[in-house]
This record gives sequence, structure tokens and C-alpha cells, in this order.
Amino acid sequence: MHNGSKQREPFFHIAKRTNLQPWKAFAIRAAAVVAALLVSSVVSSIITDGEGIGEFFANLFDGVFGTERRILNLFQNTAILLCLALAVTFAFKMKFWNIGAEGQTLAGGLACVACIQYMGGKVPEGILILIMAVCSVAASIIWAVIPAIFKAKWNTNETLFTLMMNYIAMQLVACCIFVWVPSGSGVLGVLNHGHFPQIGGYNYILNIIIVALLTVLSYIYFRYSKHGYELSVVGESENTAKYIGINVKKVIIRTMIISGAFCGIAGLLLVAGTDHSLNTNTVAGRGFTGILVAWLGKFNPFFMCGTAMLYVFIDQGARQVATAFGMGGSFSSLITGIFFFFVIGCEFFVNYKVKFSSSRKFRIRQNGTQFPQGGVPAAQETESAEKVKEVNA
Amino acid sequence: MIVSFLQSVIRFSTVFLYGAVGETITEKSGNLNLGIPGIMCMGGAGGVIGGVMYINSLPDPEVMTWAGAILVPVFMSMFFALLGGLIYSFLTVTLRCNQNVTGLALTTFGIGFLAFVGSKFGTTYSRGMSLISRYFRQSFSFAADLEAFGQLFFSYGILVYSAIIIAIITAVIIKKTRTGLNLRAVGENPATADAAGISVTKYKYGATLIGSMIAGLGGLFYIIDKSAGNIEYTIDTYGWMAVALVIFTIWRTNWAILGSLIFAMLYLLPTFVAVSFAQMELIKMVPYLVTIIVLIITSIRNGKEKQPPASLGTTYFREER
Repeated sequence: MHNGSKQREPFFHIAKRTNLQPWKAFAIRAAAVVAALLVSSVVSSIITDGEGIGEFFANLFDGVFGTERRILNLFQNTAILLCLALAVTFAFKMKFWNIGAEGQTLAGGLACVACIQYMGGKVPEGILILIMAVCSVAASIIWAVIPAIFKAKWNTNETLFTLMMNYIAMQLVACCIFVWVPSGSGVLGVLNHGHFPQIGGYNYILNIIIVALLTVLSYIYFRYSKHGYELSVVGESENTAKYIGINVKKVIIRTMIISGAFCGIAGLLLVAGTDHSLNTNTVAGRGFTGILVAWLGKFNPFFMCGTAMLYVFIDQGARQVATAFGMGGSFSSLITGIFFFFVIGCEFFVNYKVKFSSSRKFRIRQNGTQFPQGGVPAAQETESAEKVKEVNA
Repeated sequence: MIVSFLQSVIRFSTVFLYGAVGETITEKSGNLNLGIPGIMCMGGAGGVIGGVMYINSLPDPEVMTWAGAILVPVFMSMFFALLGGLIYSFLTVTLRCNQNVTGLALTTFGIGFLAFVGSKFGTTYSRGMSLISRYFRQSFSFAADLEAFGQLFFSYGILVYSAIIIAIITAVIIKKTRTGLNLRAVGENPATADAAGISVTKYKYGATLIGSMIAGLGGLFYIIDKSAGNIEYTIDTYGWMAVALVIFTIWRTNWAILGSLIFAMLYLLPTFVAVSFAQMELIKMVPYLVTIIVLIITSIRNGKEKQPPASLGTTYFREER
């Protein structure tokens, strides 16, 4: 408000939405997904110099539903991603930004491979898998709980701490592989022991069952247990939590132990269930993607099933598009990037309401030149009163 | 031996320095931009696109001018980094989306973008890119006459010196000027800054965009100077290290010059010390361990000057109480 300057009524006004019907929120998100796919198809059409948009969609669906194997892959990838998304959800519900799921999973996977290296063939397979599970979960918990302890005790920034722990895990994996592979190639081949049994003649079924169980369990934990309640109070307001007698430090450490345990299970699934090997890129950024999936799923385990599958659908489909158009695997990250921008951006329209100002422009003059009585003109009052109504509505 | 080691350390540190300076400016406005690795990738990809555009515009691809070979890639690199920053700030500032989530998405996108550009132009234009790289790596002609001293201080390309200059200028602006004071106010407490008549939106946009452009130059440097025009896809790792460096240097860009040297030294040490592969990987762990230790120490000592901006990572909505 400077002297002599004319204040223009803002072109639009943003207000927080209080109650949006679920179907409307869903419609907004669905529109964002469709828009993202349309933009992606146009982008791919431009960079391939004119491949058709129809081709794009045909390949997208073919890549996911084309063969039985691809459908199984869809579920398998969804399971791993969902497991990681569940792991980070525990932390995020209490506003603990754990971006170290990548490292925690790698630590778990490393423990699994270590078990196979030193015990494979010496103990029965079933017992080996049990030992692997215990070691994997323990290693991941260690990886997760170290930042949690420092966060609880000294409020150390957990985002960056967990990020650094990722790289330490990666270097540790690289180092161990050089120790285990005598040839110095730095590549660990397929391990012969510690495979999950096939169920019904298919691989990965056990993975999917385990993750489905975890999804239900974590839903119950969040919704019906005292722990789940405590952790969401800590997330909403630490001071409230302290006031009603919740031990915040304990909640932080306890929750991160669970988060780590989930990552450990993901590590086990990756080593014993799918890859039967390990390298620094085994998790392949899914620790980060899991965060996006969890956030898009509103931290609700059942919604997260949907968002995880949607992500895997787009990623897997885009890979097929890339192969069909001869563009290399990197193309799919381009498409998933665009997808994320749209679905992240659409949350704004779910949470806020944009009201464009009416075409009549109000010019409020300063210094009381126009309104010598000092009163607010009637027209403006009704305008602002209308706005109040809109906000309240 | 020692001289050549220090030389490559100083050269390599530039990647971290650009990234860290860019991220520091962004974080000072309260935006924790985890998209910096992606933005650096986009900057590198932009540089490649600029180089390709310049090569295509020449009648004879072997004859280049200094101005064109330098300016076109730099401009395009900054332009694409700016686009990345624009996506981030539009989503987080205007649409008030979650900063961490947006940043991670941007990183995914940036990595994909670089890989895509690389696969499209990498092999076809490798000769032209290495010619352009020569202009970027051109150093003072008298460097050779001064032997070790000259090699240590005057043997680098233009991007190395401009990184140090940018870091110093940024430090002065943040610490000494009114703009810097306003920027810090926005980062510490946007509501108070808003009440004092500082446009929070403008500062957040401005800082993020300028920071992104500077970080983008880091990606350009890595491809065109450090890798001599070959397109490398490891930029995102250095981007994350740059994010770590910001904490390591407790949000001071003048300290980042020294910090980036330390990081580069730790990173390059295993290639110069004859050790086994396994030990090499262990030594590469040290920068991350050191960052964690710094993180812990700063949080335990809890000095006012050494804290991150108070509103870091939160979005600002004026009507929210």
C-alpha cells in the first residue's frame, strides 16, 4: 500500500476447500491422469517425429496387458512398490520425511545376500529363508533407526540424514560385491540358494501375498491401534502430543523401527523373490517413487494399492512404447515425470478453490480521496461479504 | 603427481560448487528443492541441445567461434534448468504442493530427460561436442609458463572460475544486501516477511529460478568440461552430493568453495591412491559419513547461526493460521 498507487482487485482469489465430495475429488484426479497421458502422447509424438497418438496408447496397454507374463509383472512390481510405499507411510504419518527407504531396503537386501553367501547350501532352504528374513529386517531396522534416534534426541534433519544413509548403503553394497566376487568384475551373478518357492507354477505369487497381508495389517495399525493413533497425533502437532502425554521420542523411534522392518521385507522380496541377486541399483529409485505413491494415495494403504498400480502401469507401458518407437529405456522416466507433475499439481484443485473476480474492476484509491467519509463503499462491502460466503460454503 | 591430483580435485569440485550454490539460494527462500539433481541433469541436457543447435547452424562444423561455442550451450543449459525450476516453483509456490514430493518427481523427470537427450544426440554429435568442449576447457595461455603454480591456479576453463565468482557474489548478496536480508526473512518466517511488505511469492520464485540456473551450469560443466563433451549419466549422484554440501557448509556459499574441494578430494582420492576395488568403494563412503557427522554436530550444538532456514520445506499460504 504505497502512496498514490492504485490497488487493483486481484484477478483471482484462492480459498481453501473444506468439504469436497469424494467423487469430485476423484474426478479431478482422474482428469489429471488422463491429461498427463494425453500430454505424454503428444510429447512422444513430437520427439519421435510423428508416431501416432493412437500407437502410443496401443503400445501403452500392450506393454501392461499384452501377455500373461506382463500382467504378472504388473502385480509383482506393484507389490514391491507398495511395500516400500507402506514403509515410508509409517514415517510420513508423523511428518518424518524418510527418504531413505532406498538405503534401508538395500541394507536388508545386503543382509539377505550375506546369508546366502555364507550359509547357502549348508542349511535347508526353508530355514535359510527364515534366517534371511530375520537378518534383512534387522539390517533395515538398524538403517532406519539411526536417523530416528538423532531426530528424537537432537532434532537432526531427518530428510538429509536418511538421504545420506542411502549412499552409505550403496557404497557398502558395492564394496561387499567386490569382496564376494573374486573376479573383480563387480557384478554379482544369480544366486542359487534362498529362492522363494513357486506357488501354482508362477513366480512372484508369494511376494504378492506377503504385500497384500502387510497392506491389511498396516491399515489396521493406522486405523484401530493405539500406536496408529499416537503417531498421527505426533504428525498433526508435536505439542498436542506432548500435552496429552504421548512420549514423542518413543513414538518416533518405534515408528521408524516398523518403517525399517517393512523395508527389510521389501529387501527380502527383492533378493529371494524376484532378482536373486543384488547390485547398487536393485531398488532402482523405488524408495523415492514409494514416497510419491504414498503421498498420492493420501497415506491410506488401500488407496496406495491403486496409486502404486497406476504408477507401475504407466512405467511399464511407457517402456513398451519406448521399445516400439525405438527410443531407449530413459523415455519411460520422462513419461512418469510428466505423470507425476500432473497428479501432484491436481492436488491443488482438490485442496483449494480458485474464484475468478467478477468482471467489474474495483479501484480502491488510497488517501481517502474517493471516500472522504472514511467509510468503505457499499459495493465493496457486498463483494467481500460474498467472498466470505463463498469461503464458508 | 600431487599437482595433477589437486588439479583434478579443483576441476571436479566445480560440479558440487554450482549445485550447492544453487541449492543454497533456493533453500534460503524456504524451498527445500530436492529436484536439484534433476535440474542439474536438465542443465546438462540443455547444454547438449545448445551444442547441437550451434553445430547445426554452422556451415562448416569444424570452424567455430569462441563466443558461439560458449554462449549457445550456456544459454540453453540455463534455459532448461530454468524450466525445471519453473515447474518446481509453480507447483510448490503457486499450487502449494508438497516440496519433497515435487522435488523427487522433478529429479525423476530430469534424469529421464538427460538420458533421452543423450541417447538421441550422444553418438551423432560426439565429434562436435568434443570440439565445443575444447573452447570450454581453454585456459590462460601463460599457465604453462608458471609450472606447478600455473597448473594449479590458471589451468582451468571458464566455468571453473565463474563458479567461484558466483559463489562469492552470492555470499555477499545474501549476507550484506537488502535483497539478501529480505530473502532470509522469507526463508525464516514467510508470514512475518509478508506482513512487512515483502512479496513472498516473488522471492520464492526468484530464488528458486536463479538457484536452478546456477545449478544447471553444474550439469553443463560436468558434461562439457569434466567429461570433455561425452554425455555422462551420473550427474544426479553429484546433485545429491551438492544437496549434502549445502548442509556441510551450513548454508554459506563462500564456505561451499572449500567444502566442494573437500568433497571432490574425498571422491577422487581412491582413484589416485592404489587400493583394491573394495577399499575404493569404502573410501567413497567418506563424504556421506562426514556430512552426517556435520549434520549431527550442528543439530547438537544448536547455534542460531548454524541452523537451516526455519520455514525450510513448508509451503506458505497466507490465509492459513
